[in-house]
Amino acid sequence: MLDIRNLHASVAGTEILHGVDLAVGKGEVHAIMGPNGSGKSTLAQVLAGHPAYEVTEGSVAFEGADLLDMTAEGRAQAGVFMAFQYPVEIRGITNAYLLRAAVNAVRKARGEPEYDPIDFLDILDEKLKVIGWEDTFLNRAVNEGFSGGEKKRNEIIQMAVLEPRLAILDETDSGLDIDALKLVAEAVNKLRSPERAMVIVTHYQRLLNYITPDRVHVLHAGRIVRSGGKELAHELEAKGYDWLKQEAVVAG
Amino acid sequence: MTGIETHIAKPYQLGWETDIESDKAPVGLNEDIIRLISAKKEEPEWLLEWRLKAYRHWLTMKEPTWQNVKYDPIDYQAIHYYAAPRQEKKPGSLEEVDPKLLATFAKLGIPLTEQKRLTGVAVDAVFDSVSVATTFKGKLKEVGVIFLPFSEAVREHPDLVRKYLGTVVPYTDNFFATLNSAVFTDGSFVFIPKGVKCPMELSTYFRINATSTGQFERTLIIAEEGASVSYLEGCSAPMRDENQLHAAVVELIALDDAQIKYSTVQNWYPGDEQGKGGIFNFVTKRGACRGRNSKISWTQVETGSAITWKYPSCILQGDNSVGEFYSVAVTNNRQQADTGTKMIHIGKNTKSTIVSKGISAGRSQNTYRGQVKIMKGAQGARNYSQCDSMLIGDQCGAHTFPYIDVRNSSAVMEHEASTSKIGEDQIFYCQARGIKAEDAVSMIVAGFCKEVFRELPMEFAVEAQNLLSISLEGSVG
Repeated sequence: MLDIRNLHASVAGTEILHGVDLAVGKGEVHAIMGPNGSGKSTLAQVLAGHPAYEVTEGSVAFEGADLLDMTAEGRAQAGVFMAFQYPVEIRGITNAYLLRAAVNAVRKARGEPEYDPIDFLDILDEKLKVIGWEDTFLNRAVNEGFSGGEKKRNEIIQMAVLEPRLAILDETDSGLDIDALKLVAEAVNKLRSPERAMVIVTHYQRLLNYITPDRVHVLHAGRIVRSGGKELAHELEAKGYDWLKQEAVVAG
Repeated sequence: MTGIETHIAKPYQLGWETDIESDKAPVGLNEDIIRLISAKKEEPEWLLEWRLKAYRHWLTMKEPTWQNVKYDPIDYQAIHYYAAPRQEKKPGSLEEVDPKLLATFAKLGIPLTEQKRLTGVAVDAVFDSVSVATTFKGKLKEVGVIFLPFSEAVREHPDLVRKYLGTVVPYTDNFFATLNSAVFTDGSFVFIPKGVKCPMELSTYFRINATSTGQFERTLIIAEEGASVSYLEGCSAPMRDENQLHAAVVELIALDDAQIKYSTVQNWYPGDEQGKGGIFNFVTKRGACRGRNSKISWTQVETGSAITWKYPSCILQGDNSVGEFYSVAVTNNRQQADTGTKMIHIGKNTKSTIVSKGISAGRSQNTYRGQVKIMKGAQGARNYSQCDSMLIGDQCGAHTFPYIDVRNSSAVMEHEASTSKIGEDQIFYCQARGIKAEDAVSMIVAGFCKEVFRELPMEFAVEAQNLLSISLEGSVG
């Protein structure tokens, strides 16, 4: 489904990713772990198409299509979703409005009819049932005055409504207390499906106590230096990241 | 140029010109010109005298320089102070109006003919210095509402005009209002008698067409005891390299329990990307809440003009009277806006609300200037002010000058201000949800202006939102 090959990317002229290779199959959940500054978030942003990041080498195929050739909105329309590490606030625009604009933009791109505001409320209800959350956020302005935890939950609501084929969760666990973390993890688990791949970017192993990944990759200094099963996450938790750095130095 | 700035270059949509011959007064300004205007309008002697007094006073005045805008000096002798589309005879009915004029307004989205005109909105269409048509006059007359071009009102209801003209904005008020008092041409006159709720929205559309002219219209709205009216004003002009002066005066008078809601969508030609051409918009708008429990509400969406200088104000004289000002001012390219309001609290328990949204893009400068004055006798007065600025790109400026003058210690004042920037991150966030960059900007701006848009009458709310997207198109790539 997602095939990343030798991906190099830089921001403001500084190369952050030095050749990332990663293949994620349909229905799989992969965790990308790594110390601060390893390039985890850069990888997520590059996949979502943030204009500040420049891809200098390599390729990314998404369901056979060239992802890097698509605009950011084109990627979203094709079924790529990123839950932001720092979701932005949009004053005066309700979540329900944003979600309808988003869903309709995707439908329009696919040549499907757009939903009117009334029909859309029913659709929202249905989708939120899947994750078992009430619609408390829908009539509030997008992330305005939200706590850190609420913002992260709001990202998951958007994911539930947009039903992506590939979801990238960029440090969704950061800033969450243990109760909120469990809540978010439960919702994500409910959204797991054989049709949907997920890439979970995280610094800590704790999120993976609740969401069991199929594969774990360790990103360090812009490269994937180790891949393994879910037990790799526990190993990292026990040993920290320092041993990896030393290994990398030895290897380099 | 980053993504955000490339989105600001869509040409002005209403910049075409109507090919019609016009009768112009000779260029320049002197007492003979004023006599000529007054004669063209078949005015009574007292009005000519009033104009001449204004002119003589104007000669002693200096153009104000305190505003935060820069422009080359205006040559007041290079302007034609009167221009009217040439017509064989004065049209007695709509059918006799030059089809070119009807077509002009139809193209602007203001159909005037019986079959096509907007339902629920009566329109006075002003082309350069004259009103070309006013719809629904008869229907309004049935309920006692007078809605006429100003010059017609002077002829048909001279006593009413004389009683109220200049009582809110005296002819000595300020440089531009005084000039207007001397040379004003047309505009609308509205009178809502006691106890009448005006059954439809009233609207005036101003179109500048002739070259080297100015437009100096005068609007006077009176709502008697218990009366209410909602009035809309729209405007546009052709694209020209020259700057054209628009110096209007609007006076509103609300007696006991009366309500006047005045909404403007201002879309004068703003000049090109380099700041060449565009309308100089120096306007004095003021409402007097003379009666108890009266209310005057100004809502404005300002997207056009090279320079905007306007402060729709309320004098809250009657006890418990209410003044409101809701404003969205958008500047792009080299536009400059210095706009805001004045709320003068005189009566007891008077209340005012100010909500101002400034959006600056390109290399424009956007200034909010507002004064809240609580006079000694204004026991229990309250004001709430909110001034928000939004910047698009990093070459524009937003400025806020609030003046607060409180002379009664029982007053309650609240003031909130914020400045935000539409960032790449906000736009990217929407894009990552499948929404195109330009739609994202429209959405973010609409959200920012929401508190003002919801004050607009239905007919205008949609237009205003579209206008905003057009004005900012090109600001994001």
